Amino acid sequence: MLTNYFKIAIAVLKRRKFFTFISLFGISFSLTILMVLTSVSDHLVSSSYPDVNRDRNLYSLQLMLSAPARQGQNTGPYSYHFLQTYVAPMKTPEAVAISSFFSPSNTYVNNRKLVINIKYTNAGFWEVMQFNFLEGKAYSQAQIDAGERVAVITESTRDKYFGQGVTAVGKMLETDNQQYRVIGVVKSVPVTQLFAYGDMYMPWTLSRQEQENKGYNGTYLAVMMARNKTDIPAMKAEFDNIMKRVPMPYKDFTEMKAFTQSYLPTFTRLLLGRDETDGTAKLYTYMGIFLLFFLLLPTLNLVNLNLSRILERASEIGVRKAFGASSGTLVVQFIVENIILTLIGGLIGIVLSLIVIALINQAELFSHVYLTLNYTVLGISLVICILFGCISGVYPAWRMSRMQISKALKTV
Amino acid sequence: MIQLHQIEKVYRTDTVETQALNGINLAVAKGEFLSIMGPSGCGKSTLLNIMGLLDEPSGGQISIAGSDTRNLGDKQMAHFRNQRIGFIFQSYHLINDLRVLDNVELPLLYRKSAAKERRELAAEALGKVGLSNRMKHFPTQLSGGQKQRVAIARAIVGRPSIILADEPTGNLDSAMGNEVMDILLRLNKEDGTTIVMVTHDEQMARKTHRLVRLFDGAQVQ
Repeated sequence: MLTNYFKIAIAVLKRRKFFTFISLFGISFSLTILMVLTSVSDHLVSSSYPDVNRDRNLYSLQLMLSAPARQGQNTGPYSYHFLQTYVAPMKTPEAVAISSFFSPSNTYVNNRKLVINIKYTNAGFWEVMQFNFLEGKAYSQAQIDAGERVAVITESTRDKYFGQGVTAVGKMLETDNQQYRVIGVVKSVPVTQLFAYGDMYMPWTLSRQEQENKGYNGTYLAVMMARNKTDIPAMKAEFDNIMKRVPMPYKDFTEMKAFTQSYLPTFTRLLLGRDETDGTAKLYTYMGIFLLFFLLLPTLNLVNLNLSRILERASEIGVRKAFGASSGTLVVQFIVENIILTLIGGLIGIVLSLIVIALINQAELFSHVYLTLNYTVLGISLVICILFGCISGVYPAWRMSRMQISKALKTV
Repeated sequence: MIQLHQIEKVYRTDTVETQALNGINLAVAKGEFLSIMGPSGCGKSTLLNIMGLLDEPSGGQISIAGSDTRNLGDKQMAHFRNQRIGFIFQSYHLINDLRVLDNVELPLLYRKSAAKERRELAAEALGKVGLSNRMKHFPTQLSGGQKQRVAIARAIVGRPSIILADEPTGNLDSAMGNEVMDILLRLNKEDGTTIVMVTHDEQMARKTHRLVRLFDGAQVQ
C-alpha cells in the first residue's frame, strides 16, 4: 500500500514541475530557516564548551532590591563581596564560580589597537567551567589572595597579541597600561557563552574597584555546580534560605529578591524577565507565534496547491472509491502522500541548512561560534516536516475523500 | 443476484428538477449477462451507477446477493464494492501515473493480501486478457483496446461475482470492440460472472442473454 502511495506521490511531484518547485521551495526554505534558528537556539541553550555542566548548574545574575514606599527599585548583577559572603560558603554545591561580566580594555600591538575583553574570576570559576588549556594552567587561590598580576588568555588573544601559535606562557601582556604575566592559554570561547566569555581572565583581586565595593550590587554573577543533577533542588533551597536571611543593605529597601535558576530561565530572565516571572513562558509564546506564522505560509501554499489538484485527480479518486477505498482510506492516502512530499522538502531543507550553517561558521558571523546540525535539531526538523505534511494535507484530503464517485468519474 | 425495486433518481438544481430514473424494477439472475440500451440521456449509466453503489437512488430499494444496501455506511459500502463488484468504464479510468500491473492490483490494495499475492493475482488477470507482456508499461503507452483490457483485468482481479460495464466498447473500433466483448462473454461463460453492460451497440447487445431498453428514465422492454 505504502509503495503505491509513494509511486503516486512521486508521479504527482513530476506531473506539475513548476508547482512542485514552488511548493518544495516553500517547504525547504522555511525548514532551512527554522533549522538554522533551532541550531542557534540549541547552541545558546545546550551545554557546550566551556560551560559543559549546564544540567547540574544553577545560575544567578540578578539581585533585585525594592523600596516600595519610594517606588524605587534597583536590579542588577551582584557585587563580588555579596557573592563571596553569601553564596560561596554554600554547602550543597561542589563549586561556585564567581566572575564579572566582561569589560573591554585597550592595548596596542604593532601600532594597531586591540580590544581585549577582561573577565575577573575566583578560583571556583576554573572548576565549574571546563576550559581546554592549550598552555599553562589557571591561577590558584593563593595567587588570587596574593593579588598576583597573572592572566589566562584565549588562543585568539594569544595569536593576535604574540603571533600565530607563539608560546605565551611566562610572557608579559600589557593592557590599559598594566602589565600581566600570562600563565595559561585556553581554547577561545564563543561570545554566546554568557557566563564564560572573555579574551583574558584575571583574579578578581586585580579589580581595585571591586575590592572597595562592599555594597550588594556590582558587576558579578555566580554559577553553582551541584555534585549531580539530583542535588539541584537542595541547592536551590539552600540558596533561597540564605537569601531570606540576608539583611537589607539600606533602610529604604524593604524587599530583596535573588533568583537562581537553570540556564534557560536565567537567560530568558535577562532578555524578557520582569520581577517574579523569568520570561520563559513569554519566550515559548513568542516562539509559538513565530512558528505558527512561519509555517502558515508554506502550509497555506500547499493546501491551495492540493485543492487545485482535486479536479486533476478526480478520476483516480473515483476509481479508488469504486474499487473499495473508503473515504477514511483516501484521507490516509492523501496525508501520507503529503508527508512524503514534505519529507522530500525536508531533506532538501536539511541539505540547505548544512550549507547555510557551514557558510555561517566559515564567515565567523559570531566569534568562535560553531553551529552544528545535531540530532536534536534533526529530530525537531523531522517532527516539523511530519506536522507540516499533516496540517497541509488534512483539509484537501477531506475534500477529496468526500467527492461523489459518479461525479468524480465524470470529470474527465 | 441483483434486485432493483422502484428505483427513482431525481437530479435537483436551484431551478430545475430532472427525473433521471422513474420506478425501475429489475432483477438480474446469477450468471446472467444483461445489456441495457437506450438513447443518450435516458438514464442507462445512472442505473448502472446505482446498481454498483456508486450513486445513491432518490427512492427505491437495491438488493445485491440477498443484502439490502440501503443501510450500509461508507466503509461497509466500500467493502461491499471491493468484494462483490468489478467495474469497467467507457473511458477506462486507469491511473496514468501507475504501471499496468499496479493499476490491476488496485482493488487488492483494499483487502488484506500480501504484496506477493497481489502481484501474482494481477499477473494472472493480465494473462487472462492477453496482456502479460505489457505489465511494466504505463497506460499512456497502450492502445485503446489494450487499455480496456487492462481495465477488464482490474475488474476481475478480485474475482467479483458481478461485473458492471459502462459502454466498454464505446471508445473502440469494431475489431477491438469484438475482442473486448469476447473476453466478457468468456468471463460470463467460464467463470459464471454476472455481467450488466450498458451499450449503444445493438450487435453487441444481441450477444448477451437479455436486453433491457430504457427511455426517459423508464424501462420500455
